[in-house]
Amino acid sequence: MAIDAYIILSAVLFSMGVLGVLLKRNAILVFMSVELMLNASNLALVAFARQWGGLEGHLFVFFVITVAAAEVAVGLALIVAIFRTKQSINIDELHQMEG
Amino acid sequence: MDIPTLEQLNLSAAFPAISLALGTCLLLLVDLFLPKNRKYLTAWLALGGLAVSFIFNLFAYNSSTTALEGMFIADQFTGFSNIAVIVATAISILLSIDYLKRHQMERGEYYILLLFSATGAMFMAAANDLVVIFVALELLSIPLYIMAAFRPNDARSEESGMKYFILGAFSSAFLVYGAALIYGASGTTNLTEIFSSVEGILATQSASSLYLLAGTALLVVGLGFKVAVVPFHMWTPDVYEGAPTPVTAYMSVVAKLGGFASFLRVMIIALPALALPESTIAVWQTTLWLIAAATLILGNFVAIAQTNVKRMLAYSSIAHAGYILMAVAAAGTAGLGDSAAQAALIYLLAYTFTNLGAFAVAMVLEKTDGSNVTLDDFIGLSRRQPLLAFLMAFFMLSLIGIPTTSGFIGKWLVFQVTLEAGLIPLAIIGVLTSVVSAYYYVRIIVNMYLRENEAAVGDEGEALPGASQYVNWAIYASFAGTLILGLLPVLATNLVNTVNLATMFPR
Repeated sequence: MAIDAYIILSAVLFSMGVLGVLLKRNAILVFMSVELMLNASNLALVAFARQWGGLEGHLFVFFVITVAAAEVAVGLALIVAIFRTKQSINIDELHQMEG
Repeated sequence: MDIPTLEQLNLSAAFPAISLALGTCLLLLVDLFLPKNRKYLTAWLALGGLAVSFIFNLFAYNSSTTALEGMFIADQFTGFSNIAVIVATAISILLSIDYLKRHQMERGEYYILLLFSATGAMFMAAANDLVVIFVALELLSIPLYIMAAFRPNDARSEESGMKYFILGAFSSAFLVYGAALIYGASGTTNLTEIFSSVEGILATQSASSLYLLAGTALLVVGLGFKVAVVPFHMWTPDVYEGAPTPVTAYMSVVAKLGGFASFLRVMIIALPALALPESTIAVWQTTLWLIAAATLILGNFVAIAQTNVKRMLAYSSIAHAGYILMAVAAAGTAGLGDSAAQAALIYLLAYTFTNLGAFAVAMVLEKTDGSNVTLDDFIGLSRRQPLLAFLMAFFMLSLIGIPTTSGFIGKWLVFQVTLEAGLIPLAIIGVLTSVVSAYYYVRIIVNMYLRENEAAVGDEGEALPGASQYVNWAIYASFAGTLILGLLPVLATNLVNTVNLATMFPR
């Protein structure tokens, strides 16, 4: 089965995620871009798993989803904490330390 | 699919890491029943858990076997990394006990997060599977994001946690995509099986070889972020400066230990044959040595400009990642994988002791008002605290790599293996940047010993803000490690003498 289309799509999604992280200034949007990168990887993994017919790819996807959920919990907590101290989640305003 | 029996899982080989994971979960429960003003008990229990894990590690040390369906390798490499992780975690706990109390952030979760992170590092060092590497990396990192932001209502600590989190999550996404591409090329996530399929993939000249190359590149990016090598180092100074000092000390050591252990395993077990036809040198060697050279130059030169000691040590830790990466690059030459792994391991252990000691002394000088420790704070320290000044001077000499210190042994082995691999320009850069690094390390020694007359109010034996009995133990332990490794390197080299990543399993 040709899976090239899926891999190309996942590469496009991954690149969009990378650009989002680099260009967006709102912490939540940055965070969503990271999720997009992880989900692009999931798509690639599932497509490859279909090609090889093994379980490893599917297994990997489940772990990625679980870990992403854990990251979301920590990330949103950090965003809330920062919003409380600074009343802003613009990551350009995170510049207490320079040098 | 067959369900493996307990014997097939071979759990006993993985006991050092598993026991720490279980012990930490248990501690999570026990901590609930400890009264709020006695959270130091959690610290002692955490040290107990580390001790149990250490004992299991002694039993499993010289084994050479796989566990958990080939996903986990128990060998000397794992055992040695475990020792370094356990020692670093124990020293960090000693540093934390009074620091947390002084800064009003004494909470039981701290030690539990610390132990979870250590468990992640131990699994990373033992991982023989891309899935395990990813999960262990996250287990190592996620607690660190929380710990970096652990100081409540402090904008710098929160900023540090946020920056670490965004770049950490960013880098693990690269790692996952790289792993996905390698899986797509080879059809397996097991490192040993990837190795056996690499030659076949390269021979077919199909899209798979492209996937393999791209996957390797993305893995290098992902792991490069974790161990902070140029150009993936931007987060390091800010995160190290903003995080609470014991956390900085811990993550400067253990995150590098876990990251480099996986780096070595992936490169030496899975991808040594990723080479051009008729070549004995892996294609990633050139990339890695260029990254190492850039890391050495940038880390050492920017460190000169720093006056904040934590930032200076952050750039110094970037530079040390460069030295370790020299060994990883050298592993790309066929036949050098094992000696490169041994050199990198010894360097990591030497760096563990020395760097923890340096951060501990910086912590002793740190005031509770949140101001930075600067180089000027060291002026006249030799008169106020002669012993502490001497120990700090010793740590600085070890970071430079002066003989009789552990830093010298690490550098010696790394330079040796780099020369064996024929990377002469890289070795020259390494030596020259070591000379450069002497400038900023010696500046601290000069401030302590030669500028004592300028000290404002330097009473003899004046109490320092962060001094305490436990911190002293931690500093003495770091000193003992630095000195013993420096005087008797044979102890460490004997511990890694049968590290054989490249030839462990029949091909």
